[in-house]
Amino acid sequence: MALLRVTSPHAHHPANKTGWVMLQVLAATIPGIAAITWFFGWGTIVNILWASVLAVTLEALFLKLRNRPVGFYLTDYSALVTAWLLAIALPPYAPWWIVAVGIAFAILIAKQLYGGMGYNPFNPAMVGYVVLLISFPLQMTTWAEPRGVAGAELPGFWQAFQFNFGLVDRAALDGVTGATVLDVFKQNNTALVKDLWANPIFGHFGGHGQEWVNAAFLLGGLVLLARRIFTWHAPVCFLLALTVMSAAFYDGGSAASGGSPLLHLFSGATMLGAFFIVTDPVTSATSNRGRMIYGACIGVLVYVIRHWGNYPDAVAFSVLLMNFAAPLIDHYTQPRTYGHEKAGTRKAGK
Amino acid sequence: MRKTFAIHGGVHPPENKHQSVRTPIRAAGIPDELVFPLSQHIGAPAEQVVQVGDAVLKGQKIAEAQGFVSVPVHASTSGTIMAIEARTVPHASGMSGRCIVLKPDGQDRWIDHSGLADYTQAEPADLVKRIRDAGIAGMGGAGFPSAVKLGIKPGTVIETLIINGTECEPYITADDILMRERADQVIEGVKILRHIIKPKEVLIGVEDNKPEGIAALQKAAAGSGIDVVVFPTKYPSGGEKQLIQILTGKEVPSGKLPADIGVVCQNIGTTTAIYRAIVHGEPLIQRITTVTGDAVKEPQNLEVLLGTPLRHVLSVAGYEAPKADRLIVGGPMMGFAMPHADIPVVKTTNCVLAPTARELPPPPPAQACIRCGMCAEACPVSLLPQQMYWFAMSKNHDALQEHHLFDCIECGACSYVCPSSIPLVQYYRASKADIRQQEQEKRKADYSKQRYEARQARLQKLEDEKEAKRKARQEAAAAAKASSDTPSDAQAIIQAAVERTQAKKQVSADPAAAAIERAQAAREGRSIADADPLATARATVANTEKRLQTAREKLAQAEAEGSDKIDAFRTGVEKTEAKLQEAREALAKLEAEAPAATTPAADDPVQAIIERAKAKRAGQAVEEEDPVAKLERLVSSTESRIQATRDKITMAETDAPDKVDALKTGLEKLQEKLAQLNSELANARASQNSEAQ
Ligand code: SF4
Ligand code: SF4
Repeated sequence: MALLRVTSPHAHHPANKTGWVMLQVLAATIPGIAAITWFFGWGTIVNILWASVLAVTLEALFLKLRNRPVGFYLTDYSALVTAWLLAIALPPYAPWWIVAVGIAFAILIAKQLYGGMGYNPFNPAMVGYVVLLISFPLQMTTWAEPRGVAGAELPGFWQAFQFNFGLVDRAALDGVTGATVLDVFKQNNTALVKDLWANPIFGHFGGHGQEWVNAAFLLGGLVLLARRIFTWHAPVCFLLALTVMSAAFYDGGSAASGGSPLLHLFSGATMLGAFFIVTDPVTSATSNRGRMIYGACIGVLVYVIRHWGNYPDAVAFSVLLMNFAAPLIDHYTQPRTYGHEKAGTRKAGK
Repeated sequence: MRKTFAIHGGVHPPENKHQSVRTPIRAAGIPDELVFPLSQHIGAPAEQVVQVGDAVLKGQKIAEAQGFVSVPVHASTSGTIMAIEARTVPHASGMSGRCIVLKPDGQDRWIDHSGLADYTQAEPADLVKRIRDAGIAGMGGAGFPSAVKLGIKPGTVIETLIINGTECEPYITADDILMRERADQVIEGVKILRHIIKPKEVLIGVEDNKPEGIAALQKAAAGSGIDVVVFPTKYPSGGEKQLIQILTGKEVPSGKLPADIGVVCQNIGTTTAIYRAIVHGEPLIQRITTVTGDAVKEPQNLEVLLGTPLRHVLSVAGYEAPKADRLIVGGPMMGFAMPHADIPVVKTTNCVLAPTARELPPPPPAQACIRCGMCAEACPVSLLPQQMYWFAMSKNHDALQEHHLFDCIECGACSYVCPSSIPLVQYYRASKADIRQQEQEKRKADYSKQRYEARQARLQKLEDEKEAKRKARQEAAAAAKASSDTPSDAQAIIQAAVERTQAKKQVSADPAAAAIERAQAAREGRSIADADPLATARATVANTEKRLQTAREKLAQAEAEGSDKIDAFRTGVEKTEAKLQEAREALAKLEAEAPAATTPAADDPVQAIIERAKAKRAGQAVEEEDPVAKLERLVSSTESRIQATRDKITMAETDAPDKVDALKTGLEKLQEKLAQLNSELANARASQNSEAQ
């Protein structure tokens, strides 16, 4: 038998596989998806399935075009992660073509055109989301009303499928869609915070139902953290910055209040963003110190856009903005190497 | 217990150490053939001091150190030198190197040797010399000459002597078993080192996965003031810089030596070699090597004579060749995969690992880097491997150096954890080699530029001087013309006339010769005025020599004939001799005054190049006469090309999959060529042997 000639190291960590990492990320979204489905019906699941089919097909086609081994690259499961995250972020009853446009942008433009996985400077799911938000603001801001608030019954799986694919009249959906708490805060400039709470879409401290969805994503995120899929630096700093900002502008619950820290932590896409978007390694800063800065900046930006900007939620915009800044952060946060006085200085080390 | 410090990063690969410590150290015996590479250490290769056919004794020096950073090589048993030729040596590239091949006579007769009865009475410098003469180089893996590390600059205070018993690589237990069985020798060796260096403290660093070894060391070290420091197991704690950080909290500044921060570090195996060298006078001719892996039936530690082929060592441990997927010299994290088992054990061979494919699976194809940062988490030097990988791919050498590529210790922790199985270390090695080569080329270019400029300046100076002289002469001539009407060469003519008279007096017996000489003398005399003084002086010397020669011949003739003019001739010869002496002195003086002009060819680069080229051609011509040597050269170059192609393929698999096929075809062709060359080589060897017999 011929002896294998390869260079060291000859051993490899058995459990570390990129595909396995991605699968664990997918698994960790399941509690959140379950919570969404419980509170907002089956729309999101329909979207996830549809997005998955599209993403995998498009990725396979493109890999084929680029003459790359299709099976090899598909089994890193990164296309599925993108598809799931985008579908989760979309309103549950977004029509099928919204999903299609979003996935096409995410996979083709934001990912494959840049050279495929690992080479994309921007988070593909967030690119897809922002493109949709800018192009189709109406569809993108029609969020479903949570269980117990909606005027009508929540649609089941088949019904959701018919809605999303336009097989039945979407007008029936009016009974189950409405504004989110972040929208309410955005529009409000007369009522005190405690009066706002009279609206049934508010829950214990965040949006009704949404607070549970956020809690579920927090749970999944903590599992990933415990399994060392990512480090704490970016998500914790993101949440901390958001907390500090919202505390600073809480204003005692007056009509000018931006909402309490708890409201901000448990509404909108906060927890999904913290543990599934901000932690995307490809597009974030790379050193731990860099990730702390990256996460904190996103936290500040999210609050700034939520409070003063034109959009009620802001995770996607903030993440994309910081994707831009990541290389710069990397440049200034090079860790101090053994035997060097300062970080990032060049010395004759030969 | 002493405080230890944590290093950044690190990994915990499966240790796999228990397999090889079940049995005590066993001698591997004397093989059929021993092969001693001339370079088993860092630094200049040793130079052979034996010839083919010489009989040597065990412990006899067969190659001498060349230069300061170098160590000698000794025969590890008695026998006959069979050949001095190129053989595959244990090196990452699988390259060949010059080796002395010894056929043991089986008697294992020692050369006379004796140790020091009491080393405490000896001068440290003398002890260091003995260590050097014993051929001791770091036995932990790198093979840095131990004496060089001990030759501390005067004025440097060494705070801490660190003995490295970490052995953090998986599988290897050579140091562990040494501590268990020979703790006394270790401690004796450490005491010798302490006597030489006189540090404030002596620490032996051991990872906590070797409780038996630690207990034995602590027992042996009791009351000696030597501190056995135990710290948690983590790879790569045994790197010299890492161990220094763990034990002292200090970092060796980049580009500096441990001695610069008052630390000297020696491997624990080296200490026993030092003990044997000083106390018993034995050079380094054997070492403990771990033979392990699932493809050997009885993993164990063997006491191996240096030069023993891996094949022999493996067979002692029950090697099952068909099961082996690789053959690694060293451990799984930093060892080198060898092309075959006909490679000798050398001073640094701490382990021979023969794993099966299941045990150490072949690396899966690399996926894209997802910038997960696990590599940066694992790096013991706090580098950013993922960034360096990008820069290595884009050949951005400046950015690589800004990210401290050269501080990378190639420990492999980053590749070990990378979820995309990217062969990161391979990229760093290749980039380092690239950058080094570029710098070398740049240095070379700078050097030739300097030389060129220096030569231009010299030529210019010469030209200026000549010009100045010419002017001076012109002026002098003008002045002379103005002062009198005497011809400018009047003096020369007078001189010639005087000489003529003298010559006439001396050689009056032969008027014709005298006439010729007269004419010569006149010509000389005239030419003196307008020739370069140096050339003139040379001409004078040459002429005088000629004249002396003639005079001597005449004298000899006269003597033979018994002529009565002998005496006159003798006086003539003597006078000419005196004159020659005078002329030579004058020439020497002139030459000393104008050194640049006298040695025009000596440092002329063109000339040097031509000569080098000639020498090269001559060398090639010699080799061409020896088909075996030529084939050996071809084989080794083809082998390195194959290795290079393999590396390229691995890289192409991530960067340019479309090129993989082309490369693979290339590889196959190269392999075919290699096979053909090998068979040719075998034929050539066979025919040479039959010729020899
Ligand atoms: S561990 Fe591998 S995949 Fe992760 S950042 Fe480092 S090189 Fe990239
Ligand atoms: S091989 Fe180099 S870059 Fe990788 S972990 Fe070791 S020191 Fe760091």
